[in-house]
Amino acid sequence: MSQQPNPQTVTLTIDGRSVTVPKGTTILRAAEMVGIKIPHYCYHPGLSSPAMCRLCLVEVEGWPKLAPSCKTAVAEGQVVHTDSEKARAQRTGVLEFYLVNHPLDCPICDQSGECKLQDYVFAEGRVHGRSREPKRVFGRDDFGGDVLFYGDRCVMCTRCVRFMREVAQDDRLCVVERGSRSVIDTFFEKGLEGSPFAGNIVDICPVGALVSKDFLYKARAWDLDHTPSVCPSCSQGCNISIHTRDNLVQRLKPRENLEVNGWWMCDYGRFNYEWMNRRDRLSVPVVGGKAVGWSEAVNSLAEDLRAAIGQGAVRAVCSPLASNEDMGFLRALVDVLGGGEIYYRSRRAPDEIVLPGYPILARRRDLAPNVRGAELQGMIRVGDDEARGGLDQVASHEGIVLVLGDPLLDQGEDFGGRAAVYVYFGTYPSVAAGRARFVLPITTFAESEGTWINVQGRVQRFWPALRAPGEAWPAWRVLGSMLAALGEGPAPAEAHVAFERVAQRTPALEGISYRDIGTRGVMVREPALVSGD
Amino acid sequence: MAYPYTHPKEVRLLSRYFGDPGARSLEGWKARGGYQALPKAFEMGRDRVIEEVKASGLRGRGGAGFPTGVKWSFMPKERTRPHYLLCNADESEPGTFKDRELLRWTPHQVIEGIAIAAYAIQAEQSYIYCRGEFFETTQVLARALEEAYEAGILGENAMGSGIRIDITIHVGAGAYICGEETGLMNSLEGRRGQPRVKPPFPAQAGYRGMPTTVNNVETLASVPYITLHGGEAYRAYGTDQSPGTKLFCVSGHVRKPGNYELPLGFPLMELIEDVCGGLREGRRLKAVIPGGSSVPILSAEECWDCLLSYEGVAKAGSQLGCASVIVMDDTTDIVKQVRRMVGFYAHESCGQCTPCREGSAWMEKILRRIEEGRGTEEDLDTLMEVAGQMEGTTICVLSDSAAAPVKSSIMKFRDEYLARIRTGERVGAA
Repeated sequence: MSQQPNPQTVTLTIDGRSVTVPKGTTILRAAEMVGIKIPHYCYHPGLSSPAMCRLCLVEVEGWPKLAPSCKTAVAEGQVVHTDSEKARAQRTGVLEFYLVNHPLDCPICDQSGECKLQDYVFAEGRVHGRSREPKRVFGRDDFGGDVLFYGDRCVMCTRCVRFMREVAQDDRLCVVERGSRSVIDTFFEKGLEGSPFAGNIVDICPVGALVSKDFLYKARAWDLDHTPSVCPSCSQGCNISIHTRDNLVQRLKPRENLEVNGWWMCDYGRFNYEWMNRRDRLSVPVVGGKAVGWSEAVNSLAEDLRAAIGQGAVRAVCSPLASNEDMGFLRALVDVLGGGEIYYRSRRAPDEIVLPGYPILARRRDLAPNVRGAELQGMIRVGDDEARGGLDQVASHEGIVLVLGDPLLDQGEDFGGRAAVYVYFGTYPSVAAGRARFVLPITTFAESEGTWINVQGRVQRFWPALRAPGEAWPAWRVLGSMLAALGEGPAPAEAHVAFERVAQRTPALEGISYRDIGTRGVMVREPALVSGD
Repeated sequence: MAYPYTHPKEVRLLSRYFGDPGARSLEGWKARGGYQALPKAFEMGRDRVIEEVKASGLRGRGGAGFPTGVKWSFMPKERTRPHYLLCNADESEPGTFKDRELLRWTPHQVIEGIAIAAYAIQAEQSYIYCRGEFFETTQVLARALEEAYEAGILGENAMGSGIRIDITIHVGAGAYICGEETGLMNSLEGRRGQPRVKPPFPAQAGYRGMPTTVNNVETLASVPYITLHGGEAYRAYGTDQSPGTKLFCVSGHVRKPGNYELPLGFPLMELIEDVCGGLREGRRLKAVIPGGSSVPILSAEECWDCLLSYEGVAKAGSQLGCASVIVMDDTTDIVKQVRRMVGFYAHESCGQCTPCREGSAWMEKILRRIEEGRGTEEDLDTLMEVAGQMEGTTICVLSDSAAAPVKSSIMKFRDEYLARIRTGERVGAA
């Protein structure tokens, strides 16, 4: 087969490897595509490239000077060396320059362990620095919001300045002074206070110059476990990584997904994690006020439910934090028990907060991650924007009442008082929950595997980051066991099986499996089934 | 009144009226033959003006020496977007004081040069970016501009040609780096004065992203002469590769420091010994910086047969730069001198590129330590390597400029450094 040169692509050689990339790609990106990582500070895929850190310089055959790979477009037949003596000497030299004024206070620096200066110097720096001169000192500055600035550690990559200017489009940071006196600063006393996206500058700071007050001195980077997940704080579904230590969530970090959130997340989502660490959890199944084992709880509940079938419709309440698996099995159980309405309540913010430089990302109005999933299961939105009220027809229902996840904080002691069977699948105790004959402990999203559907109609997976307390089970497992006890198929043992069972009976999810969803998510089959805002 | 010093060997094409206050006014300038070149340029047409400038071989007087006519021809032929001409009057190179003199004595000469260049490259709007410290200069220039507008030389219909030529003065805030053409453009746009990565070059995307040409004051001041008398007449002076005359700013240890306009290719020693009246009584020449502080230092021996042309100074091991000749006799403390120059670059580095930001400040600290008698021999190796790391690794050439005096002085005056390191003694301290 003869090869026609494609005008849209360029073929070049990087470190002896032939690479074909779209025209206009930079050398740095082209190298990345074949697994060659060129060290860099000022370059960030989500920002403009000022080519000022001078660390990513590479040798291009036939060029008199080294080229900044972050800014240089590939050319046909180009031969690039990222690891030649010249390129390496450049990096070693620049790294030594960085250390002339860097305080090397790694032992007390929060970034230690995930610091690009540590990594690069360890890989290619000089064994001994030659500077014997006193270092310049800027000290520490409170930038407002969650951000602390340690000027001495700064490598002057200006990613933070460019994020605020280009992505947040809220010019609150700048470089003041020049030369080695250059330092990042805020305008006026206001600083970053009130900026809804400023937390991202801590993520993109390659060193410990910008650190989070919330995370300050909480944990060392190398002690943290990272679990891929999805932000539960609104229906945007930003991809995140949950960082845990000692079975506690220490912080949330955005995880790259260009279809959803880019490299970013909002501060509202970032700092809304303390609830995942709550210790006042329901941890053992309780039937009639008595702690029992799961098999006893399931059997006795199945008995009560069987007895109640046919005594009118079921009424259920489901939290929009529940996974598609939980919601699908709840729907299946309601159907088996004779059918009925499932209601959900979601807190709603008065408006969206859009990230101007990445406008597909916004803090959405629905402050819950799976409102779309709830709609897909035919659930009905009730209550006000504070997720209160709207449950009168459930509170006084005389048939079967099922509550999944909703803490019922606004409901009184008489909730479910007239129900034939009142089952509460939940995580925290509450007055209204306490009235249930069956109080069954379930896991939070942070403790289980599952999926949500975001505002775009994208199914996304999350993974367990924490160990569940006591005997808490994922809700789908409890519900699946109930169905099994009622003669409806085997109880699913794993989340992917649960998802496939739900997908079978939900047209919009038909044929989608966990493997398809992966870590990036996929759109539901019939997005039209998912209504707009 | 004679301008501080003049000399019969001078060829005063540009500096003839230095020291003549009458030349500052429009009336006085016209009486001295001014504003004849612009109407001639309109008659010649754009292409021929550019051709004449190309034929003259005029090279950029700001320091890089790039052929001016060629630079103009990079501008798009079709004017589909605004074109801009920027006159670089941010003269800040240590040792340089020629643009200031051109502007304060012969502002109309510069204005006419700008108008011709603006016409040639189809720039309706031009800016003169003046160094912030040029207070008197800016006032003189502003007055001259006002006169030129009143007389209809500038404006919507420049000299009745139907062509719009507007010139605006912009006063900088005193940053050396804003003399770098892309730093100048950023500053003019109201941003931090930081050089831009090239490409794109200014002729493609310059000021406000539009095709832009940046020329030095002296370059533009030479344009009226070339337009009026032709490229060949200009080529009558200077050498084949360095045609024309050049203002030499001589400072330091000579009896008659000042601006001297000489044909390029003039012998350096003749400039010092004859034109500038030689060194002071009983002093020996130690070193010369021939082109402003950014270029390598020449030792006395290297000066001996050095000719002051672009190629002649390169042959001697340095660069002509902007022809700012700093003469140092045997009372000069080279270590202190170099430390002082590096300190300037450390202060003026914009701080973008790591090698320049960190390297210049680091070198200054080492040099200061050596100067104070606390240096080691290894410091010299470190300095050489640091300077080497700063060459060719940054966005603009400020970094190279900081490295040049360090490298050249250690190579040529190593003994002086060593003496200071070993005994703490100053060599040549008067």
